[in-house]
Amino acid sequence: MVELNLCCYRNNHLDKSWDIDTYISQGGYQVWKQVLSGELTPQEIIDEVKVSNLRGRGGAGFPTGLKWSFMNRHSPGQKYIVCNSDESEPGTCKDRDIMRYNPHQLIEGMAIAGYVIGASVGYNYIRGEFWEPYDRFTRAIMQAREAGMLGNNILGSGWDFDLNTHQGAGAYICGEETALLESIEGKKGQPRFKPPFPASYGLYGKPTTINNTETLASIPMILAKGGDWFAKLGVPGAGGTKLFSMSGHLEKPANYEIPMGTPFKDLLSLAGGVWKGRELKAVIPGGSSTAVLPADKALAMNMDYDSIAKAGSFLGAGSVIVMDDQTDMVKSLERLTWFYYDESCGQCTPCREGTGWMYRVVKRIRQGKGRPEDIETLKDVSGKITGRVICGLGDAAAIPVASFLQHFEHEFRHYIDHGCSIFDRA
Amino acid sequence: MSSVDTLNIIQGDVKKRIDRWLARYPVDQKQSAVIPSLRIVQEVNGGHLTKEIMDQVAQYLEMTPISVYEVATFYSNFEHQPVGRHKICLCTNISCMLRGSDELLDYLKTKLDVDVGQVTEDGKFSIKKVECLGACVNAPMMQIDKTFYENLTEQRLDEILDSLE
Amino acid sequence: MVKVEINGQVVEAREGDMLIDVADSASISIPRFCYHKKLSIAANCRMCLVDVEGAWKAVPACATPVTDGMKVNTRSPKAIAAQKAVMEFLLINHPLDCPICDQGGECELQDVAMDYGDDVSQYSEAKRIVGDRNVGSLIQTDMTRCIHCTRCVRFGQEIAGLKELGATGRSEWMEIGTYIEKSIDSELSGNMIDLCPVGALTNKPFRYKARSWELKAHPTVAPHDSIGSNIFVHTRNGEVMRVVPRENEAINETWIADRDRFSCEALHSADRLTQPKVKAEGHWSSMDWSLALQVTVEKLKPYLANPEQIAILLSPNSTLEEVYLVKKLANALGINNIEHRLRQQDFSADQYGINQTLAMRLADVEALDSVLVIGGHLRKDLPLLNNRLRKAQLNGCEVNVVNPSGLDYNLGIEHQVDTLSLVSELASILKAANELVDQDNQVELAAVTFNATHTAIANSLIKGKKSALMLGLIAQADVHYSKILQLASQLAQTTGSSFSDLPAFSNTVGANLILASNSADLTNWLANGKKVFINVGIEPEFDCLLADQALRAMQQAELVINLTAFDSVSQQNYADIMLPIAIFAENAGTLVNIQQDWQSFKLFASAKGEAKPAWKVLRVLGNMFDLEGFDYTNTAEVLAEIKALNLSIKQPDYQCNLDLSVITPTPSSLVPCYSVDGMVRRSPALQATPDAQLTNPLN
Ligand SMILES: Cc1cc2nc3c(=O)[nH]c(=O)nc-3n(C[C@H](O)[C@H](O)[C@H](O)COP(=O)(O)O)c2cc1C
Ligand code: SF4
Ligand code: FES
Repeated sequence: MVELNLCCYRNNHLDKSWDIDTYISQGGYQVWKQVLSGELTPQEIIDEVKVSNLRGRGGAGFPTGLKWSFMNRHSPGQKYIVCNSDESEPGTCKDRDIMRYNPHQLIEGMAIAGYVIGASVGYNYIRGEFWEPYDRFTRAIMQAREAGMLGNNILGSGWDFDLNTHQGAGAYICGEETALLESIEGKKGQPRFKPPFPASYGLYGKPTTINNTETLASIPMILAKGGDWFAKLGVPGAGGTKLFSMSGHLEKPANYEIPMGTPFKDLLSLAGGVWKGRELKAVIPGGSSTAVLPADKALAMNMDYDSIAKAGSFLGAGSVIVMDDQTDMVKSLERLTWFYYDESCGQCTPCREGTGWMYRVVKRIRQGKGRPEDIETLKDVSGKITGRVICGLGDAAAIPVASFLQHFEHEFRHYIDHGCSIFDRA
Repeated sequence: MSSVDTLNIIQGDVKKRIDRWLARYPVDQKQSAVIPSLRIVQEVNGGHLTKEIMDQVAQYLEMTPISVYEVATFYSNFEHQPVGRHKICLCTNISCMLRGSDELLDYLKTKLDVDVGQVTEDGKFSIKKVECLGACVNAPMMQIDKTFYENLTEQRLDEILDSLE
Repeated sequence: MVKVEINGQVVEAREGDMLIDVADSASISIPRFCYHKKLSIAANCRMCLVDVEGAWKAVPACATPVTDGMKVNTRSPKAIAAQKAVMEFLLINHPLDCPICDQGGECELQDVAMDYGDDVSQYSEAKRIVGDRNVGSLIQTDMTRCIHCTRCVRFGQEIAGLKELGATGRSEWMEIGTYIEKSIDSELSGNMIDLCPVGALTNKPFRYKARSWELKAHPTVAPHDSIGSNIFVHTRNGEVMRVVPRENEAINETWIADRDRFSCEALHSADRLTQPKVKAEGHWSSMDWSLALQVTVEKLKPYLANPEQIAILLSPNSTLEEVYLVKKLANALGINNIEHRLRQQDFSADQYGINQTLAMRLADVEALDSVLVIGGHLRKDLPLLNNRLRKAQLNGCEVNVVNPSGLDYNLGIEHQVDTLSLVSELASILKAANELVDQDNQVELAAVTFNATHTAIANSLIKGKKSALMLGLIAQADVHYSKILQLASQLAQTTGSSFSDLPAFSNTVGANLILASNSADLTNWLANGKKVFINVGIEPEFDCLLADQALRAMQQAELVINLTAFDSVSQQNYADIMLPIAIFAENAGTLVNIQQDWQSFKLFASAKGEAKPAWKVLRVLGNMFDLEGFDYTNTAEVLAEIKALNLSIKQPDYQCNLDLSVITPTPSSLVPCYSVDGMVRRSPALQATPDAQLTNPLN
């Protein structure tokens, strides 16, 4: 039996779990107090986070302790901690529930992270459509201020830390960390060319660390229970529990917090299995930017970075999209190519021009007007985008195209040859 | 809504709300408040932006007008054409599509007798197709104004629309 | 220094330099669109992708700093595949309208496509079409051709200091433009035409006039302001078609002002005087040159008995040779009244000497850390000096101004005093400065008071390591110009600043050199009249500060002889003889600019009708008066004679006998930038800009 909700969602079942009193009743803000009292030095915290094997939950899986160590806490001038709650990758809706049901744990995590990197100001960038999470989180900030957990000279420690929310306004690209910074600065969300990295040139040009909501919300538990505890929940190379958003053709779609390395099969049965008694056809394991896997590969993998990578995809943000045997893969890809086309920031040539091109070809195929050379064209165009763009969106746009064709080319071929999907055969 | 002074929109309560946002950013970074400011004036203006009110935001935040237009046209939450009193944003991205959002959209269009991007005759509703709104595990879903409605069925949809003023 | 290997060739470079610059310096070409050495790095076009050993993907050379031992291949299969891919992406939505595109033949996209494009694209979908907006009279847009390099947007933001263009929308719907119908108003806007690598932004007046390969480029110097911007004039069959910048880091870098680019339209103006004309009994008749000059000599002769009766007004844009020959001819005939400082009314400081130059090199302006501009709208009067100052300001230089109110600055002003009385404000700053450095205040300043702003400005100049005072056209036009000079030079001394009385026009410096020793009293000549006026290259009623007086003086004179490129109703009304002269590209000569560069240029366009270069007219007149030494065959001989004089500018010593008791404010005398001379007044494109709207007397 898989043990659920040990970290980020540990309070979600409680009545008024978003209230500071509830949070404190569960031991909340204890770590923050410890940190402020000097019991835990920034270096000790970084070491503990390193031990925990926490890897960034935003999608790239970058080791968090290592990221924090890039910041020079003692360099003069303003520094910032920024939380990435943009959560716009199709299939992803895990951070929303942290903000709705456990906002104080995120606040505590951000405060600690700020302390570690020497940032006295933090922003949480919440996607513009998330009103309920925004209200919960913003109210939680006010409670935390009132309780003296935020502000100047917190608990007499001499340390200042204040936190604000910033709202997006509908742009997937603002989840990319430098686009997010541009967006806070009041500009279009167009990613910056890196280097320089945010650790040296971030928000308002100041050193900045950006982490995902889930990453930061994990911090208080890691410090409360020890990095070792967290590491052992997971597998070597990827510690802890992980939030998985189980969406698509499931009986019980929902967010599940389970240990890293849990077999996909178990996760699938947690979610009630494929709906309507149907067979599993395909799984996108980490959000729309990760490669689709056919059922057999998915059923054989475990939910951790290495295992999913071995299966040919990526853990990403843990957004598992499940497709049953009635799914039209051409139509599904059409939807995904449209998404990247619609969401490209327009800045760099291959992404701006290539995403539209791929969409048009897939759409044409789906409309029954495909041409024999279209499959080659799609492979060619997706290949030409990859590795030639400023940020990950362009690369991400190519992945679904390449992987859908890799595993389901026959469905595309059928459309081209017969002008209709494999289900319309009869 | 009709009493909005669009030539001088940043005053009174609107100004106070914008100023509260401004307080969140360093004093020399007024531009940071452009997204919230546009959101506020859009709301006060009945759901969409005009050149006049964007120019006022530019002036208030000490930005060039074109920088405001850039932002206002980049983010999909901003509207440049009138919308209904309630803007129905139906997610049609992958997770919702897998659970019937296309059929729901057709149902909605027939029910309201308008196409995507149009406003119903009584001005009450308009329909917008949107990308993933981050509620995939409760698909299909839609957002009306500030509220998410999840696990939609045709029947739920009827009830929701009926309940709105 | 580090060593980098590019295509097997070892190149030395400074660590951190961008790969593209390093390759450029070694003449290894890397294709690019968004990169421009004068703009910030955007790295958005992805055309410059190259293969760097150790990197899994191709990297943009424009945004990759070199490190020691880096091995780069710009032509490896990996690099070429990347470049070809980007080229293909750029072309899928680019129209194939090269045959009707004005950029054809000088299009960076076309050039690169020849090298990196494939002949056949697999793209078979519909191409994007973008609607155009009218952005004014100078720039033609064809935004369907735009490749989104954002050079134009960055130019506006970074160089013009005025973000007028932006990129609205996103993805494939991203459009470069003004978003709303709005003109582009920067005085440097034409540079976007050069920056645009494709035919999206082109020269509107030049549209469809010629194909680039039919044009011949001639190096020359811009004729309007004292920067002396280097330009190329493009001609077709000897006819001037357009003007583009000629790079000169020490002067104009890669830019020119709109005035310098678009004024060439005036060469073809319907107003051009194409034949000598003489008035007899109220009627004008055209004549051939020899007859007209004979009439000129005959009409002038009776007045030569008393040459005090004669005054010569001369354009400050006249070439050095012209000024010299005017003076030589005049002095030989006994005429001493010659003036080119037509926008000045107080000449009493002449007694101390004249030095209107920049007290440093243009490039050094960028390194200043405190500046006080007194009575000058540099942005419009000397746009490229202003551009240097803007760079200084962005580097932290404090720019302070004492100016009439209502001027539009495109750089951050630290302290600003709005005034019509420059003298009183300057006196206050001087007094504040004296107190700050504990210097005894002169008795003349006894009654002067000062406030916190005055102190702040004085303090800024004092604490600046490289501080400078600059006087502009407004100060020069002030009734108390000499007092301003005295106060300003003292202030410069007290605060340890350099002092520049900025020359405004393209040969103000040269004309001062030659004419400094002439006594001049223009104000008096205009107020009290002269029997004879000879005007060279000017329209006194527009070019003189005291325009009404000037017109009256002309009307009341017994004889007015105009050497002029343009005919006009008002001249016909008061003049007696009009001799058509060549201008700009039709002429050869030398101009001395703000930093005393002597820049000579050649003639390469045929003059309109029978117009002749003024120096030739003056030479013939010299001959007709039987004067010695007027046998020149070309301007080089004149120039050699001038050089042999070893003229130099002496630093004036403004002795102080300040009388601050009667100070009257001078009405603002702002010279609209598109009215400064006959040429710009006759450029329809410039005249259609907002900068010209209020002000052109010809409008
Ligand atoms: C197109 C794109 C969209 C992204 N969207 C998100 C997002 O919505 N949320 C997020 O946390 N990270 C997102 N990321 C990843 C961030 O850039 C960044 O790596 C992450 O926030 C770092 O946090 P972590 O180290 O805690 O994972 C996105 C990246 C790309 C390229
Ligand atoms: S208009 Fe020209 S300069 Fe401007 S972005 Fe487009 S291609 Fe570049
Ligand atoms: S020139 Fe390097 S990316 Fe455009």
